[in-house]
Amino acid sequence: MSENKKTCLYDNHVKLGAVISPFGGFEMPIRYTDIKDEHLAVRQKVGVFDVSHMGEVEVSGPDAERFVQHVFTNDVSGAEPGKIFYGMMLYPEGGCVDDLLVYCEGEGKFFLVINAANIDKDVEWIKRNAEGFEVEIDHQSDYYGQIAVQGPESEATLREVLGLEAADLVFYTFKKVETMGETIIVSRTGYTGEDGFEIYGSHSYIVGCWEKLMSAGVKPCGLGCRDTLRFEVGLPLYGDELSAEISPVMAGLSMFTKPDKKEFIGSEALLKQKAEGVSKKLVGIALAETDKAIPRHGYEVVDNEGNTIGEVTTGYRTIMTDKSVCLALIDASYAKLGTGLNVRIHKKLHPAEVVKKRFYDKSYKK
Amino acid sequence: MAKVIEGLYYAESHEYVRVEGNIGYVGITDYAQEQLGNVVYVDTPEVGDSVAAGEEFGAVESVKAASDLISPVSGEVLEVNEALADAPELVNEDAFNNWIIKVELSDLSELDNLLNAEAYSNLCGE
Repeated sequence: MSENKKTCLYDNHVKLGAVISPFGGFEMPIRYTDIKDEHLAVRQKVGVFDVSHMGEVEVSGPDAERFVQHVFTNDVSGAEPGKIFYGMMLYPEGGCVDDLLVYCEGEGKFFLVINAANIDKDVEWIKRNAEGFEVEIDHQSDYYGQIAVQGPESEATLREVLGLEAADLVFYTFKKVETMGETIIVSRTGYTGEDGFEIYGSHSYIVGCWEKLMSAGVKPCGLGCRDTLRFEVGLPLYGDELSAEISPVMAGLSMFTKPDKKEFIGSEALLKQKAEGVSKKLVGIALAETDKAIPRHGYEVVDNEGNTIGEVTTGYRTIMTDKSVCLALIDASYAKLGTGLNVRIHKKLHPAEVVKKRFYDKSYKK
Repeated sequence: MAKVIEGLYYAESHEYVRVEGNIGYVGITDYAQEQLGNVVYVDTPEVGDSVAAGEEFGAVESVKAASDLISPVSGEVLEVNEALADAPELVNEDAFNNWIIKVELSDLSELDNLLNAEAYSNLCGE
């Protein structure tokens, strides 16, 4: 095993006394003080995350759009420059290589943002499938640092602390800004269910932003609360809710795939899954109101006859609503809302019921 | 800096036992609660269950993770600290006064296998 990488903000995290753990091949801050405080800062005010571990790939050239359409599930054809799409890259069988964002830059350029843990695999996949397309693949992960400023006060924070005006951006759009002698990218995106922005720039620019935000008293937030925040609003994490074995149809993310509109790698498989149904589905599960036990990744889901029917992908005691809930991949025949089942937690079976996958409502700025 | 109390017995897995006669009060150490962060749930055995030295008897859970509780002693569970069901954060506030289970010790010689306060402090590197 090679050593884990460090982001450009690693020294800042150490200085802040963060609890640091490996994540996706990087030494990342899990929490600075307390996950709950950091979570609440993002829901109620504003918080900042180091997400420099995310990967970036730029695709350009005469065939760029045709190529992105070929490897990406969502439909970017004719998109206005500045628009961002969420979707997946799939294997021919329909499982996910990764989920990602595609930024449409215009003039035949696309900026792909991929998961840290999948960078090597994705770049290899993109290059391999680019054969026969006139495109240039530029892997830029080592150049870019990235921070996410998230929460209801994030637009004001960008303006007042970072001198970035972003009121003109609507959700899932971006712009390039010339500042401090470089071109940065600012997008109205995030992974928390709150309004917020992601900023991509050189390491020195990103460290400068971080230090300004710290001086202004913006709360540093770790990956611990990034996970509780995204989970609460039902956003998937690759490795938990999506994987080579879990297709977007199983995960309930068909709306980000357009197999009826265009051909792409995996589109045949998705059409088949949609027509014939899938054997497993991702559902929300809630324990009984008074039960405080916590379902966690990998725990078994068991029907009332004692048969194992699936497993938990992510689970928490939710911070906003104080409920024991989880996402789980289970046999599709049990996926109906209200179905009674059980989760095995520390050997004991805990009665539970299938509920919606969203445990808290998003508040995006559309 | 984490507190360590004289006169208790400590396990390398960061549980303590406070002994009164043949009764042991088992909990997690101050160092353990610091490492865990906010405790949000404590999974406990039932009164009347047997616990065995070196074996798992429950879990303490932070937002992020569940950590197994390993019993430092063997015996029967006489009582479970019910207060932790509604207020698991008591473990963070005062780990040594908020024991998790009360055990009737079946083998006092097991205490010889545990660490004293000084040895445990060294283990925690303080």
